[in-house]
Amino acid sequence: MFFGDPILLATFSWEIFREVLFLQEYNTRTVVTSTSLLGISAGMVGSFLLLRKRSLMGDALSHACLPGLVIAFLVLVLFGGTGRNLPILLLGAGATGLFGSAMVLWLRNHTRIKDDAGMGIVLSVFFGAGVVLLNIAQKMPGTRTAGLESFIYGQAAAMMRADFILLSVLAVAITLWCLALKKEFTLLCFDENFARSLGWPVQRLDLFLLLLIAAVTVVGMQAVGLILIIAFLIIPAAAARFWTDNLGRMLFLSAFIGGISGWVGASLSSLLPRLPAGAIVVLVASSIFIFSLLFGSARGIVRRNLDQLRLRRKIGRQHLLRAVYETLEQMSPTPDDPFPRNRPVPLERIVAQRSWTRQDVRKLLRRAEREDHLHEWNERELSLSESGFGEASRITRNHRLWEIFMITHADIAPSHVDRDADSVEHLLSPEMVRELEEKLGLQNIPASPHPLTREVHP
Amino acid sequence: MTKTNLPPAEDDPHPEHSRDAPLSIHDLTVAYHRKPVIWDIDLDLPEGKLIAVVGPNGAGKSTLLKACLDLIPRVSGDIRVYGKPYRQQRSLIGYVPQRESVDWDFPVSALEVVTMGVYGSIGWFRPVLRKHRAKAQEALEKVGIGHLAGRQISQLSGGQQQRVFLARALAQEAQLYFMDEPFAAVDAATERAIVALLRELQQQGKTCLVVHHDLATVARYFDHVILLNMRVVAAGPTAEVFHNENLQKTYGGKMPLLEEAGQALRQNLS
Amino acid sequence: MTWYTMDTWIVVVGALAGIACAIPGCFLVLRQMSMMGDAISHAVLPGLALAFLITGSRASVTMFIGAALIGLLTAVFTQWISSWGKVERGASMGIVFTTLFAVGLLLIVQAAHHVELDPGCVLYGALELTPLDTVTPLFWLGLGWETPRAFVVLGIITLVNLALLLLFYKEFKISSFDPNLATTLGINAQKMHYLLMSMVAVTTVAAFEAVGSILVIALLIVPAATAYLLTDRLSTMLLLGGGFGVLAAAMGHFLAVWLPEVHGLPDVSSAGLVAVTSGIFFAAAVLLAPRYGMLGKFLNRRPLKKHKAATPLSPEKT
Repeated sequence: MFFGDPILLATFSWEIFREVLFLQEYNTRTVVTSTSLLGISAGMVGSFLLLRKRSLMGDALSHACLPGLVIAFLVLVLFGGTGRNLPILLLGAGATGLFGSAMVLWLRNHTRIKDDAGMGIVLSVFFGAGVVLLNIAQKMPGTRTAGLESFIYGQAAAMMRADFILLSVLAVAITLWCLALKKEFTLLCFDENFARSLGWPVQRLDLFLLLLIAAVTVVGMQAVGLILIIAFLIIPAAAARFWTDNLGRMLFLSAFIGGISGWVGASLSSLLPRLPAGAIVVLVASSIFIFSLLFGSARGIVRRNLDQLRLRRKIGRQHLLRAVYETLEQMSPTPDDPFPRNRPVPLERIVAQRSWTRQDVRKLLRRAEREDHLHEWNERELSLSESGFGEASRITRNHRLWEIFMITHADIAPSHVDRDADSVEHLLSPEMVRELEEKLGLQNIPASPHPLTREVHP
Repeated sequence: MTKTNLPPAEDDPHPEHSRDAPLSIHDLTVAYHRKPVIWDIDLDLPEGKLIAVVGPNGAGKSTLLKACLDLIPRVSGDIRVYGKPYRQQRSLIGYVPQRESVDWDFPVSALEVVTMGVYGSIGWFRPVLRKHRAKAQEALEKVGIGHLAGRQISQLSGGQQQRVFLARALAQEAQLYFMDEPFAAVDAATERAIVALLRELQQQGKTCLVVHHDLATVARYFDHVILLNMRVVAAGPTAEVFHNENLQKTYGGKMPLLEEAGQALRQNLS
Repeated sequence: MTWYTMDTWIVVVGALAGIACAIPGCFLVLRQMSMMGDAISHAVLPGLALAFLITGSRASVTMFIGAALIGLLTAVFTQWISSWGKVERGASMGIVFTTLFAVGLLLIVQAAHHVELDPGCVLYGALELTPLDTVTPLFWLGLGWETPRAFVVLGIITLVNLALLLLFYKEFKISSFDPNLATTLGINAQKMHYLLMSMVAVTTVAAFEAVGSILVIALLIVPAATAYLLTDRLSTMLLLGGGFGVLAAAMGHFLAVWLPEVHGLPDVSSAGLVAVTSGIFFAAAVLLAPRYGMLGKFLNRRPLKKHKAATPLSPEKT
């Protein structure tokens, strides 16, 4: 959208782009470095916020920073300054931010107002107060409040060198604190009551987490703005969750995603200085999120659906082969013969084995053909290939082993076994099969512990 | 196990309570909003016993546990563990919460959850060391799922998750264990494993207070029982207090299964 | 203190916004989805900006519908992300609305060339300016009666919300209380959810001009939460919620007029003061509510103990 702007197009060239992205200029280098550091710390702290299921707390907290920011500014002006003292401004912002979010917790603990409403109340009332104060500040004679508004939308370009050093130091400190308290925060997020029974001061830990969030928020305010810093706290963590089930890895990945978003976002925004930096940073992070949501290796949508599809196919194949094998068993001249021979089987009998339609069976057969499990098949009968027969006997054997194991070892009525065995055998590993064989002292394919014949559906 | 209804004497707050009972509850009342959940609980637990807390839904079984553990505010009451206030004795206490109380989607492995049991002894800011993990691994082996240590907890079955919680409590190396419905919705194999574990703990002289919902197995698994319905209806050795009359008092008319349970009981005792 | 007709109009517009917001607001609070109001109101930004860009005007119906649609999309996206991606609801809300807000900011900066549009105006609103933008709603009757456009818009939305509330009162009630029960009774909880979300989105867009897209939550949530502390009945809660919304609007603007004169302060934002006033009402309710307030709790704690002492219950007596 913004590339359509003629002014922007004029200033845009690959030269500059490369210069910015690879930090060849001192000014951009500081901006990009500190925004990346901010991203790293936000990603780290945000992971715990996500796991504590309080992602929106960052929302309430950051909105509640506004009145503190303006109060600090007013105090500075009243004492004759210009209001451009970053540490004090941030301290003021952090103070009301922390107060506001602590109030949410207090409301939840002491009244019937739940977390969500508490956040909504704190957020809107504090922000409203902030707006009123901002009005007052703007209309005071001889003050320049333009700097204050950059805190709301974020304008990295408006920052000065000393600011960057302060922000970078703070961001690094937050990251280190977060790592130092990893164990405590993990426990708090996973099992609050257990933590309390161990004697950990849960409320203090909660406040500590809030403090770190407040720190990230005030640090990030100038670079990405107090509304969009929320995104920085939530999005990298949520994106990282799609790639791993391991907390440690999630923390680092989240920090990494935050850092990259900061880097790319800040670089882009110094190329297009008229655009709010925060918005670009957030859009970079959201793009990473959407990619992770779709393709994440642990919980991504595509991965999960593929897994499901694969499992369904595997189960379908196993059902088919076992149905053929069991039919062969029934067709063998001596019913007790444990080793049925491979020969053509009428399709009708396979269909009757399970609640399949003819279409289902045809589909399964077509897939089995591709996997070389079938010798040949037509509308009337089918025969397994060498490998198909081997696979069928292996599958049937696993299934029976499970059934027997469950009957002998787990007090389960034989009439219920078949269904249960169906759902677990597909997950059986070779080691477990071996273990079962040893436990049961069985080497061959045992006979089914329950009658195989089913009523043939008309 | 003793029950007291006597008003406490002036000089000693509870003279009739034994000095070093594993857990001694005095005059415990808990209310949510204005509605009392448990009233005037007065109990001394005997040492080295398996004690079941039994009662209908909403009788305050979990509340009793949570109030003892300081997880919920009390209206009144005094909790002593081995003769000292609860807060000083935390290291002697192990806790197995209800399985539903946590989010099993959390990105940690079984081993990491069990390691949480030793966090108390590690202390602030200190990292988890190999020896702590070894201890956790040992606890996992003890409940029979050592091979699942690296599994993410959402990939465990319900019974395995329950065992993880038990292993975590074991890793705490406590003297007094609070278990909130450890038998809820577990498979037969896990149930047997839990019972074996409880017996082992008992042999080591530890005391277990277990919220239990299955009346049919109370007599088989536990030597003491507390029948709870807002108040302690009866408490004592299972053989003495776990009979139809007390059950009727505990469950009132709300219990259609009562007869059945009574039958199961008679069969068990005969 | 000087009070002009304009000030009356401002209070009327604010009061209408208060009533219109309280209706969906009460259900948001009861369903513990308050932050959905926040998310929708932030996310409306790109819809508004896009409409400005396309139509180049602030007063079009297209703009209104576009913005409301994006608000509704926020609810839909949140639902998708949390159910497909298994992301916690709050987090997916945060992801959706911040992303949309970022898009909106970019669009607004872009639009600033072509249309006169101040992001601040969108965020905190300009209650004071609403009377200046007038329309003649009854021109088709041949009447030249001029009223503020915001009055007409909010008036219509208030009526629509009231009508929906009366039509679906019991459905809203049941599906807020127990969605599963509602489903078994043949009420589609999903549909009720999206109906509520549509109400929130439309109301937010209608009210944003008066109170801004952020402070609209002050009218959605705070009066409803205040009412929630005072009553256990849904109908009472709705009435009280609307009442507090009206009071907050009136008091807020009154303060905006009065404060500068008394204390020599410069003009301050009415919208901001509306939010602050509603916050004051809420704080008062937290302290003084008879049953759920601090004072009520303090008074209630005693009788429990007394009652307990009066009826000694021994373990034997059941």
